[in-house]
Amino acid sequence: MANSMLKLKTVSEGVAAAAPVATASVVPLARKPPPLSARLLPVAQKIAAATVPPLIIAALFLLVWEMACWSPTSSLPPPSRVWSEAKDLIVDPFFVAGTQDIGLGWRVLTSLQRVAIGFGLAAVVGVAVGTVVGQSVWAMRGFDPLFQVLRTVPPLAWLPISLAAFRDASPSAIFVIFVTSIWPILINTAVGIRNIPQDYRNVARVLRLNHLEFFVKIMVPSAAPYIFTGLRIGIGLAWLAIVAAEMLTGGVGIGFFIWDAWNSSRLPDIVVALAYIGGVGFLLDRLVAGAAVLVTRGTASN
Amino acid sequence: MNPYLKIDHVGISFSRAGATTEVLRDVTLKIQQGEYVSIIGHSGCGKSTLLNIVAGLLRASTGGVLLEEHEVDEPGPDRAVVFQNHSLLPWLTVYENVALAVDKVFGGKRSRAERREWIMENLALVNMAHAKDKRPAEISGGMKQRVGIARALAMEPKILLLDEPFGALDALTRAHLQDQVMEIHARLNNTMIMITHDVDEAVLLSDRIVMMTNGPAATIGEVLTVALARPRRRLELVDNHEYNRCRAAVLEFLYARNRFVEAA
Ligand SMILES: Nc1ncnc2c1ncn2[C@@H]1O[C@H](COP(=O)(O)OP(=O)(O)O)[C@@H](O)[C@H]1O
Ligand SMILES: [Mg+2]
Repeated sequence: MANSMLKLKTVSEGVAAAAPVATASVVPLARKPPPLSARLLPVAQKIAAATVPPLIIAALFLLVWEMACWSPTSSLPPPSRVWSEAKDLIVDPFFVAGTQDIGLGWRVLTSLQRVAIGFGLAAVVGVAVGTVVGQSVWAMRGFDPLFQVLRTVPPLAWLPISLAAFRDASPSAIFVIFVTSIWPILINTAVGIRNIPQDYRNVARVLRLNHLEFFVKIMVPSAAPYIFTGLRIGIGLAWLAIVAAEMLTGGVGIGFFIWDAWNSSRLPDIVVALAYIGGVGFLLDRLVAGAAVLVTRGTASN
Repeated sequence: MNPYLKIDHVGISFSRAGATTEVLRDVTLKIQQGEYVSIIGHSGCGKSTLLNIVAGLLRASTGGVLLEEHEVDEPGPDRAVVFQNHSLLPWLTVYENVALAVDKVFGGKRSRAERREWIMENLALVNMAHAKDKRPAEISGGMKQRVGIARALAMEPKILLLDEPFGALDALTRAHLQDQVMEIHARLNNTMIMITHDVDEAVLLSDRIVMMTNGPAATIGEVLTVALARPRRRLELVDNHEYNRCRAAVLEFLYARNRFVEAA
């Protein structure tokens, strides 16, 4: 108590010292802070409640990691060594020091570009084919086993076929992303179309909506929550696939960077790249989830 | 004079997994323009099925429906349906739900401003203009049903088909909506067919009450004419002789002669 009063005193002295001319107006100001801080306190508490636990856990994690890899004979680098040896990668994501010596930000952007193409194609084709398949019970029954089997094929298993077909690294990587991420989009869209309530179909029939109007005004909004579930799973898989595919196809992407760093025993670099990949994957997931909230406003709540 | 709507010896059977159930048999009914007809019967007897045949959402197995001498063979906005569970599209606002119907039906015929005015006019008719920007999830069940009625009315249908429109509402809301529907009917004099399982509601609103026998192979058991002057006020009807006679007749039909037998 005495301590805080002392602090208060030094603060008001500081204010008075900084603005000696306006002494008269400083006095009433000095009385105001309590209500202001009382209003700010809950906000500060909220922010603290949200940020303090993750910070503590992160600090603990770094501490345990540091202790576990502390010995000089340890095969994995402790955080302190990652910092000292890969500082350039951490501090500046967008440096360019040569054709193969560029910041991780550039590499991530290259990978993202491939993901954008592959995932974009998967989204368009997946929603289109899912819509067609979802229209008919027969198609649904016929295709579902096939989709379920293809869905479980791991991304890398597609790579040899893809390389054989395209004979070039970049389209192969894009194809692997496409073929990995399309199944959940396709399957979820088909299920969403199947689950359009009969009531909505009846409304459309009474209004005599044509096929295009029915698709745009009833089908897509009604199936949107399902479609976005598929897109969200799909973007996660696409990000998984790109890293794996780039490891094998080479190029400038973040995946190849890891492979390259492994070959030249730069373990701290790999650690930094892993953090980048995790962060970007998290952001992609949040991005699709945010778009889903925007687009399906209302739909999901009924 | 030819009837406005003619349901002519309609029968329907559903086949499922090899077994065929005959739901309706030989249903014949003639309805004049401006008439308010209720269909009453125990649950599962085939009331909704009959209404869906008139709407064109189902095809009769035998017989057919004629509206102004034209055979009904597909759904259309001239037979607007107010569905049992409102069927508003949850991603559209109240205004947009009505606009979907109005833009489709009058898109080529009326200007944008005219359509806008017409939408607001219909929302005002059911006292929902104030909630035009709300989504269905944000309004009560009674309000949703009123928007459903506004959407149907806005199509300017020849016939309004109402499938238990107030079934899911509490008694007070229900009474309020019944009054509003009576008012709308008095003002627009449109032809209405309403399914209900509420005897008081049927007597209060209808010119004629169609009583259906129990299924399977349900048909019209009896048609009762309600000779009550309009406008009708529910409080004045409590000790009205005609009202109580009709009420007694329907109750007698439903609970003495065609008692509900639990099928399952
Ligand atoms: N599409 C259908 N396929 C098979 N049976 C049906 C179908 N639609 C309705 N039924 C049957 O017809 C009967 C009447 O149903 P319905 O018209 O909904 O009754 P109500 O509206 O009078 O309660 C029920 O026994 C129901 O199981
Ligand atoms: Mg029914």
